[in-house]
Amino acid sequence: MSEIFNKLSLYLQYPFVQYALVVGVLIALCSSLLGVTLVLKRFSFIGDGLSHVAFGAMAIAAVLQFTNDMPFVLLITIISAVLLLRTGQNAKIKGDASLAMISVGALAIGYLLMNIFSTSGNLSGDVCSTLFGSTSILTLTPDEVWLCIILSVLMIAVFILFYHKIFCITFDESFALATGVRARLYNLILAVVIAVIIVLAMNLVGSLLISALIIFPALSAMRMFKTFKSVTICSAVLAVVCAVLGLLISIAFGTPVGSTIVAVDIVSFFIFMIIGKMIRR
Amino acid sequence: MVQLVCKDLCLGYDGHEIIGNLNFEIEQGDYLCIVGENGSGKSTLMKTLLGLQPPVSGKILTNDGMHRKRIGYLPQQTDIQKDFPASVWEIVLSGCQNKCGIRPFYSKEQKQRAMVNIEKMELQKLKQRCYRDLSGGQQQRVLLARALCAAEDILLLDEPVAGLDPIVTEEMYRLIFELNAKDGMTIVMISHDIASAVKYADKILHIGENVFFGTKEEYLESNQADSFAKGEMKNV
Repeated sequence: MSEIFNKLSLYLQYPFVQYALVVGVLIALCSSLLGVTLVLKRFSFIGDGLSHVAFGAMAIAAVLQFTNDMPFVLLITIISAVLLLRTGQNAKIKGDASLAMISVGALAIGYLLMNIFSTSGNLSGDVCSTLFGSTSILTLTPDEVWLCIILSVLMIAVFILFYHKIFCITFDESFALATGVRARLYNLILAVVIAVIIVLAMNLVGSLLISALIIFPALSAMRMFKTFKSVTICSAVLAVVCAVLGLLISIAFGTPVGSTIVAVDIVSFFIFMIIGKMIRR
Repeated sequence: MVQLVCKDLCLGYDGHEIIGNLNFEIEQGDYLCIVGENGSGKSTLMKTLLGLQPPVSGKILTNDGMHRKRIGYLPQQTDIQKDFPASVWEIVLSGCQNKCGIRPFYSKEQKQRAMVNIEKMELQKLKQRCYRDLSGGQQQRVLLARALCAAEDILLLDEPVAGLDPIVTEEMYRLIFELNAKDGMTIVMISHDIASAVKYADKILHIGENVFFGTKEEYLESNQADSFAKGEMKNV
């Protein structure tokens, strides 16, 4: 046991480990805050869908040989997010179906383009690291860390300022629209924030992790808590705890970062489910 | 004072017409029941009145007093709400959102308003309870309290007693009737239950193959009421 602690304290002195901790915690926090709304709006899969869109956009950017693909990828992802969240109630294709369509479609097109126009020798390696973010969280540069800090602070500020409005449009969008709340505007803001977080997180931690970070803390919190506020707070705290725990375990045992964090999230979900059942009895 | 006038209104989806040539008006303090068979377009009419979907043709004229922010709306429950983790207080307070504008938090007056409406709907004891743990009737009262937070002078209700047992249904009708009688709130209600519609309402709009609009007394004398629900009418 003391061996593991020694190893951890040694690793924690390295800047790349500190960066990973900061970024991991911030992204977990941001996505869990949005997660509560997304899960309740039946958009649990949006993290997956949008990160596949971002992947497709990256492939297009690579084919067109953009030097800086970030603005392009962000734009495409934001547009997709806006369209997805807007379809809402009266759409011909329902939310989950259109999400699945975009998700699979973008993934296929992206991989196809990369395959045809590939310039890199290690194609499957590239694809794998974009989707699973295998080690990218451990190779962050200080610039990326700062970008992540700034965007996270912005996102949290937006979330707090729009908290009541988000609740209102999540609980009942038609009531909000009918009584003159600017639901469409708030939906738009929500979509933009989600897209930004997903593109950011995808570059830093990979798309597998971002989906899990959106879904698990929110679902776990809902097992135990019964008000929107307590669910939101619990989900944020839980996400941060799981991210830190997962990172430390992966460092100590040399396991892949993303999947370790997801595994910790799964364990926490079952713990919360059992506690929730015991409370209700 | 006339609050809302519908002129030659045609309703439907994507230009496909369901009902045509509706002409009626709603006055301040009215209790209007919209009745008709399933699929006759009652909900479509309500959505159009609320501005959630555009009419195919025709006009809805409102006076200056009936701004969107003065409307209260009691929608039918959605699937999302059935397992939504939110307290009664959070939901009722969210009815005040249309008075917040760009301000991020609720003011003291708005919290006061939510509290008054919680008391009016007799929900004080349930204030901190979770919405999904309440009974159907309690949930409807929560949504009604929320609608009252948004409403200044007109309340639109979409089948407020659907799925409730007879005792709770009576209770709900009593609360709505008191809002109309005591507070002068204009009530526009979609209903299946023709007996209660005729008992409480003072105006009836019957949509279907033949459209009827008029007072309750006129409706009872017309053939339409006869053919629609003869059996139920004897108790009134």
